[in-house]
Amino acid sequence: MTEVTSNAPLEGARASELGPVARFLKATELDTRMLGMVGALLVIWMGFHILSNGLFLTPRNLWNLSVQSSSVAVMATGMVLVIVTRNIDLSVGSLLGFVGMIMGVTQAMFLPRVIGLPLGDPTIWIIALAAGLAVGLVIGALQGFLIAYLAIPSFIVTLGGLLVWRGAAWWVTSGQTVAPMDATFRLMGGGPGGSIGASWSWVVGLVACVAVILMLMSGRAQRKRFKFPLRPVWAEVFLGILVSSVILGAVWVANSYPWPAGTVRRYAEANNITIPEGGLFISHGIAVPVLMAVAAGIIVTFIATRTRFGRYVFAIGGNPEAAELAGINTRWVTMKVFMLMGLLASFSAAISTARLNASTNAQGTLDELLVIAAAVIGGTSLAGGVGTVAGAMLGAVLMQSLQSGMVLLGVDTPLQNIVVGFVLVVAVWLDTLYRRRAQ
Amino acid sequence: MDQSPAPLVEMRNMSIAFGGIRAVDDASVDLHAGEVVALLGHNGAGKSTLIKILSGAYRRDAGTIFVNGEEAQISNPRDAKKYGIETIYQTLALADNVDAAANLFLGRELRTAWGTLDDVAMEAEARKVMGRLNPRFQRFKDPVVRLSGGQRQSVAIARAILFNARILIMDEPTAALGPQETAQVGELVKQLKADGIGIFLISHDIHDVFDLADRVCVMKNGQVVGTARTQDVTKDEVLGMIILGKCPPGAIPGPGAMTMAA
Repeated sequence: MTEVTSNAPLEGARASELGPVARFLKATELDTRMLGMVGALLVIWMGFHILSNGLFLTPRNLWNLSVQSSSVAVMATGMVLVIVTRNIDLSVGSLLGFVGMIMGVTQAMFLPRVIGLPLGDPTIWIIALAAGLAVGLVIGALQGFLIAYLAIPSFIVTLGGLLVWRGAAWWVTSGQTVAPMDATFRLMGGGPGGSIGASWSWVVGLVACVAVILMLMSGRAQRKRFKFPLRPVWAEVFLGILVSSVILGAVWVANSYPWPAGTVRRYAEANNITIPEGGLFISHGIAVPVLMAVAAGIIVTFIATRTRFGRYVFAIGGNPEAAELAGINTRWVTMKVFMLMGLLASFSAAISTARLNASTNAQGTLDELLVIAAAVIGGTSLAGGVGTVAGAMLGAVLMQSLQSGMVLLGVDTPLQNIVVGFVLVVAVWLDTLYRRRAQ
Repeated sequence: MDQSPAPLVEMRNMSIAFGGIRAVDDASVDLHAGEVVALLGHNGAGKSTLIKILSGAYRRDAGTIFVNGEEAQISNPRDAKKYGIETIYQTLALADNVDAAANLFLGRELRTAWGTLDDVAMEAEARKVMGRLNPRFQRFKDPVVRLSGGQRQSVAIARAILFNARILIMDEPTAALGPQETAQVGELVKQLKADGIGIFLISHDIHDVFDLADRVCVMKNGQVVGTARTQDVTKDEVLGMIILGKCPPGAIPGPGAMTMAA
């Protein structure tokens, strides 16, 4: 007891012994594990940039990377909660395929042909999306019920789900691909139309910066109210500037990627704009799927850290028996986690169906493994109780960076899989080492 | 001891069986305000099981529970807490991956006006109660898995007394502790007793609890051997009850007492 209990003067003495780096980390309260991941991502980016002779770190490639990552990133946010409660969901890829089929059939066949809505009707995309979300939620609830109330291991239930929903996706149209998608629905997939343009991107970026600064300030006010130790002012200012510049930097990159010349010409003709000499520069701005992924990340982070439900999720992961004895309805919480996962997989289905402009029964094949890998690389422990949403999203970007970097270098698909598998194992091994040292 | 007419809690004719094994068989025990009752017995005598029925962790097959003379409906841990029954389990039952404040308020989180968790207020409360129990405790940001055995124990105790418990159940509270910390728990028991809280102390070691308890209740093979005021019996006599099931003259025999005729 004595050796572990640290009292105030001792802590002060220790602080003065720390080196400048450690002092800096202590003052800013930055998560060193997260910093390590950001570092690894930057190393990978620089490596690909050099190997590809400067093709990787271009606005065009980074913009595409952000769009490609979003579907997996959305699902990874939910997978964190699933894994934190000591469960697993192997069915998300198949679920994505099935829900994508439902959305595709709803908007391309059912609504126009059976109900008779005219093509391009503004309600089509809403009804299609809502139908998909409802199906995802119900499937999630069903799997959650089997896991929580009938006590069937989640591995088995979702392994069954992997087969069942993939088969169901085929069954919807007997394997036929459904295309094209509704024009408004397609905005969720990105592309020149599915991006919000330069000015709105700046607005989003500035709003985000203001939100970050307000959060830092309110956090400080709260701590002051209860007389808790405060971060030094310079550390607060540093954090504010750092996060704001990352946000504005990302907006700047997204705005630096112009529409392709063909799209600009068609747009100019449609709006009677004469293209000036040297071409018209129209920015993509932030893509809609990326905004959806960021929104999912913020909402799930909020749920995980600021709500009772999130607290219970982590408590169940830490010690299920203790959670039960503390009066938590652990079964209902588990079921809700799977419902959330089903809902998020449906959003991913909307993103990838819109991006492909078609629903196919093979959509999302093997996505479950990418999603689980993203969560695990992002620091979610398969033993349960530990994980962050931001880490999982970073993990999704990291996996996608590896993949698209290798595509850029012309690496064959089999070798790509070998590298990704290798990186996954090494990343988790490094994480284990880090955690053992942190103990 | 001033015995008010209705005991704080009374468990009458409790029975529970697991797959044909009668873990608790027709056991009755009561507890008054400001009283410490030690439940003694070998491992597997049924004392932890009996007490888990009271704390809502197990559902009884038969029997009635009275709190303040009125029949109480307890079928899960939440119900028990509503009656002011708090339990410190032998395993501590802490969520290892979250911090002390989150554990103290687990299942009863403080929330802000918007319904979100009020972590700052919870930490402030936690600092207050921990300051009383273990003034040197400072590690409020660490998950409890990083704390020492004694610190974890104080978190578990703090959780039990934070919500104005009227009935406190301590299952082997000193099993994981060193001599100094054991003495600390002893002090705490006396303090809580002075506050009018009724305490069940469960132990398989008579030496831990004999000096703290007002009464002892001995169990063997799921049955109550007998109940006695500690001033009416000696330690050796209680040991006889634990080991042989022999009820001494100073004790009130229960259904599990060895028949004197034999």
